[in-house]
Amino acid sequence: MEKSRPLWDNPLQFVFACISYAVGLGNVWRFPYLCQMYGGGGFLIPYIIMLIVEGMPLLFLELAVGQHMRQGSIGAWKIISPYLSGVGIASVVVSFFLSMYYNVINAWAFWYLFHSFQDPLPWASCPLNSNHTGYDEECEKTSSTQYFWYRKTLNISPSIEENGNIQWEQAVCLILAWLLVYLCILRGTESTGKVVYVTASLPYFVLIIYLIRGLTLHGAVNGLIYMFRPKIEQLANPKTWINAATQIFFSLGLGFGSLIAFASYNEPNNNCERHAIIISLINSSTSIFASIVTFSIYGFKATFNYENCISKAILLLTNYFDLEEGALTADNLDSMKDYLTSTYPNEYAALLPQIKNCSLEAELDTAVQGTGLAFIVYSEAIKNMEVSQLYSVLYFIMLLMLGIGSMLGNTAAILTPLTDSKFISTHLSKEMISGIVCFINCIVGLVFTMEAGNYWFDIFNDYAATLSLLLIVLVETIAVCYVYGLKRFEKDLHLMIGHKLNWYWKIMWAFASPVLIISLFVFYLTDYIRTGTLQYQAWDATQGQLVTKDYPSYALAVIGLLVAASTMCIPLGAFIIFIMKRLKRNVSTLE
Amino acid sequence: MLGVLLLVFSLVALAHAELCRPDAQNAFKVRLSIKTALGDNAYAWDASEEYLFKAMVAFAMRRYSNKETTQISNVLLCNMTERVSFWFVVTDSSKNVTTVPGSEVEAAIRMNRNRINSAFLLTDNTLQFLKISSTLSPPIEPTVPVWLIVFSVVLCLVGAGILFLVLSGIRQRRKNNNESAENGDLEDKCDTPVTTENGIPCDILDLKTGRINGVYTADDERFTPL
Repeated sequence: MEKSRPLWDNPLQFVFACISYAVGLGNVWRFPYLCQMYGGGGFLIPYIIMLIVEGMPLLFLELAVGQHMRQGSIGAWKIISPYLSGVGIASVVVSFFLSMYYNVINAWAFWYLFHSFQDPLPWASCPLNSNHTGYDEECEKTSSTQYFWYRKTLNISPSIEENGNIQWEQAVCLILAWLLVYLCILRGTESTGKVVYVTASLPYFVLIIYLIRGLTLHGAVNGLIYMFRPKIEQLANPKTWINAATQIFFSLGLGFGSLIAFASYNEPNNNCERHAIIISLINSSTSIFASIVTFSIYGFKATFNYENCISKAILLLTNYFDLEEGALTADNLDSMKDYLTSTYPNEYAALLPQIKNCSLEAELDTAVQGTGLAFIVYSEAIKNMEVSQLYSVLYFIMLLMLGIGSMLGNTAAILTPLTDSKFISTHLSKEMISGIVCFINCIVGLVFTMEAGNYWFDIFNDYAATLSLLLIVLVETIAVCYVYGLKRFEKDLHLMIGHKLNWYWKIMWAFASPVLIISLFVFYLTDYIRTGTLQYQAWDATQGQLVTKDYPSYALAVIGLLVAASTMCIPLGAFIIFIMKRLKRNVSTLE
Repeated sequence: MLGVLLLVFSLVALAHAELCRPDAQNAFKVRLSIKTALGDNAYAWDASEEYLFKAMVAFAMRRYSNKETTQISNVLLCNMTERVSFWFVVTDSSKNVTTVPGSEVEAAIRMNRNRINSAFLLTDNTLQFLKISSTLSPPIEPTVPVWLIVFSVVLCLVGAGILFLVLSGIRQRRKNNNESAENGDLEDKCDTPVTTENGIPCDILDLKTGRINGVYTADDERFTPL
């Protein structure tokens, strides 16, 4: 009756699946930001240290657990100890929250991809105002790319309280994104295994193309020098180390149960130690590679804006003083400014407020992360390249592949425990379970397509997975080392991978990683408590920029619910099992 | 005689100077950016170009009012700078020493802006009439937005893929059900218990058919055939 468990066709599919899951949007839009903020080239030192101390051991642990127990997260932790089934459930809950909001990013990527087939690109220029005498007011205050993101794509409302309507264009793109995910997970590992060949490798092709294009852009070197100039003094800042640890932790996708799910479809004698090292190394090098590309793009954009600023200043001065065209150039601008100040002091003083001081450093200093980087900064750089449609299409296909790859892992984390459960799999087929999960996620995801949807997206992005994951992985490490027993686990691994476990792994699992996770946890808690009220960035259409606002009370309640829903599963699960065992013992003693 | 002529001439010149000066009533400032627009092919701005400009303005006034009264001499230019910017007024030939109202001039220029621009090989940005705002041309929008077309294509492909996979899955399951029904219940009973060897299910070790122990096969000949 028990069907044999579906397996990957070959170990390469497993490695590709893990790479496709781990290499996601965070490598592209979070790591370059961290690198810029915390010391440039110097940030690589804490990053690599954390990779060796935290990333590799924890990844190896999850893969080993999954491969040995050959079950999804709920079943695997139940085998280790029945009291730990809450950990598995917490993983599934967190994965569920993640898949709810993550696919909205794929919907946005689709939206931009579909709009890339126009000439000129729709975010290249501002639309005209109603009587065609000038440009749209909101677009004038900000830039055309920001206008396209905030008004045309999101149609964002001024605050989280004003919900607005569902944007049908975004809703339709979201439905398409979910249909695509359903197509990929429909047949389980059979279909997922083939899809990950594409989702894992295509981003690298696009990144290489962008690297070549990026390095040959005018001004790219400025960005690269700025990024890689190490600011060693940042190493003394504790935030640098904390952010390095956090980035490694979340970038590998630990604690969601996806890695356990993927590893559970492995052959029992698969060498997961080697695979863990390979996957974590590839993930980190992809981050560094992506940041080289990002910084050459930054440099190009900053140089372009700087030269624009200078041209505007030149034009202003030329027009005001009726100088000959071409008399003012970028080189003699400063000396001419002094000359004009001395010759026409009054007029120059009147003009002074309008002349902006152009600075390349200031342009490079604007560090952006997240959706702002991916959809605003990159599209701004792309619109200034030649053959911008081609680069735009390539870029958004890459974003789509990265996003879909991560979604495959997320849905695997939810579906594997469901299909493992005998109760559910006898009544419903695999296709039906996948369909129901996708449908529920899609309906809930429509919340993020409303006008205030982006604010709710930020809530989910910042709070749904951060604290809970730290707790889950902490409990996982302690469970394997102390509840299951490190010696017993060592023996199981020896059977699986064929050689004795290196002492390094044992020390990391037993001491270093738990200590690190506890310190990260404490830091996050103190940070939340210290900042008091939580705030968010809202888009002000009248000013054309982001303003900070406080969350209303019901939003804070939702945040609390998100964190509690997953973290409470762990103690609750243990408690329920305890009660059930007590009842069973009472029943058996009565008989 | 000569004195009278001189007086009249100077009066006219004075009057003209009165009419055309910066910020005069009904006067407009024009700014040309020839080098920006044409780069190496830029032409020099000289008296002939000024003459062409006067001619274009006169043409615009004629077109607008549909009267043939405006002459080139009615257009006055002044305050020429190195920038290539100047002021101009249009005088009314019928009334003495007055200028045509600014609104008429503005409307006339607006109506014929394209002709004026192309006479000088310039655009709205490089031939600027400072008080006259130009009507920007809206971008060409196709009847069906392009993104909907691409979206529909991708949607159809994904939908077809899902349908194909689901239908083939149903067909395969139906085939499996039929096969197992044909093979009878006996095999079903034999298939149900999972044979395990040392904790590992047999199907992984490929032991469904059983393993032949080589020690016994060689001894077949020991037994006397019946």
